[in-house]
Amino acid sequence: MTEIFDLIIIGAGPAGITASVYAARKRMNFIVVTGDIGGQTVWSGDVENYTGYQFITGPELAAKFEEHMRQYGIEARETEFVSDIQKSGGIISVKTNKGAYQTKTLIIASGKKSKELNVPGEKEFKNKGLTYCATCDGPLFSGKNVSVIGGGNSALDAALQLVKIAKHTYIINITPALGGDAVMRAKVEESPSVTIFNNTQVSAVLGDKTVTGIRIKDNKGKEDLVAVEGIFVEIGLVPNSDFARNIVKNEQGEIKVNCHNETNIPGIFAAGDVTDVPEKQIVIAAGEGSKAALSAFKYLARKK
Amino acid sequence: MANTVMVYSTPTCPYCIRVKQFLKDNNVAYQDIDVSSDQAKAEEMTSKSGQLGVPVIDINGQVIVGFDKGKIKKALGL
Repeated sequence: MTEIFDLIIIGAGPAGITASVYAARKRMNFIVVTGDIGGQTVWSGDVENYTGYQFITGPELAAKFEEHMRQYGIEARETEFVSDIQKSGGIISVKTNKGAYQTKTLIIASGKKSKELNVPGEKEFKNKGLTYCATCDGPLFSGKNVSVIGGGNSALDAALQLVKIAKHTYIINITPALGGDAVMRAKVEESPSVTIFNNTQVSAVLGDKTVTGIRIKDNKGKEDLVAVEGIFVEIGLVPNSDFARNIVKNEQGEIKVNCHNETNIPGIFAAGDVTDVPEKQIVIAAGEGSKAALSAFKYLARKK
Repeated sequence: MANTVMVYSTPTCPYCIRVKQFLKDNNVAYQDIDVSSDQAKAEEMTSKSGQLGVPVIDINGQVIVGFDKGKIKKALGL
């Protein structure tokens, strides 16, 4: 007979890791399945608002989270992605790319990922000039022409990193004007090596072995080609909630939870950025993770 | 037998930092190649891995793209 866990936690960002620490302290029989450890925290530059640390970098904070989890002997199963969850007869089945499990309760803390452009050429040239991480791959494009797609804070942040090293930076922004933080926006707009295309979107990614350019289209339908070797997509985030088919979500695909982190299905809880909780912050995700674990524990206690 | 390990990275990339930390934690010696300051090495990385993302880890000639702990452990025999 297959083992039935007390709890499965999907995700090991701040929400999932905090949930795992609480579950371990409650001596629940559980596993953590996740793509990676740290989630978006790893991508954060400087973190200056996580209580107890006046200043810490994202990767350092993620390493601290991992260390905390390890102290309780928890070994998250990495590069394991959930494809389906189903509940029947009081048992929740979780299917992943590596196996299938059964559990009495479930916490979904799978976070968010970068939104894709959904244009021809995007998939083909991913990591061949097209990237979703300016911090990582930006330095590879020193002295080259690059483009940043997007007009919010993350796009401005990417553009400011790139103007220091790239030959020229083209910003492709779908809205009539750049958004985001006024100080960052001014810096970008004042830079002589930046050209901004407002009211414009990318219609195709072009290339040979690697990226050679983008095709853009403005709101009047006028098309143009821009020759670039690097494309940095910064158009926001989407929740990793596709696998949660029977769970109620809002229009953005975020899982709806109440103040006890309960979803519409009893025994299935959710926490952190994948939910509709207002404000996406590391400290909030961590707090939500602890609440979800305590709710799952109480749910099990009631069932006994 | 000692493993020959090379890490192609940039100074700012979070997963590069984590790969290097992982290797240090496991007492694995490696050559750190900063592709942001060495164009020839950046091209070497591209031709080895067929892509333009960091980190790229070369373990005894086996090329691994990204911080894939499972693959890295296997290649190192950990």
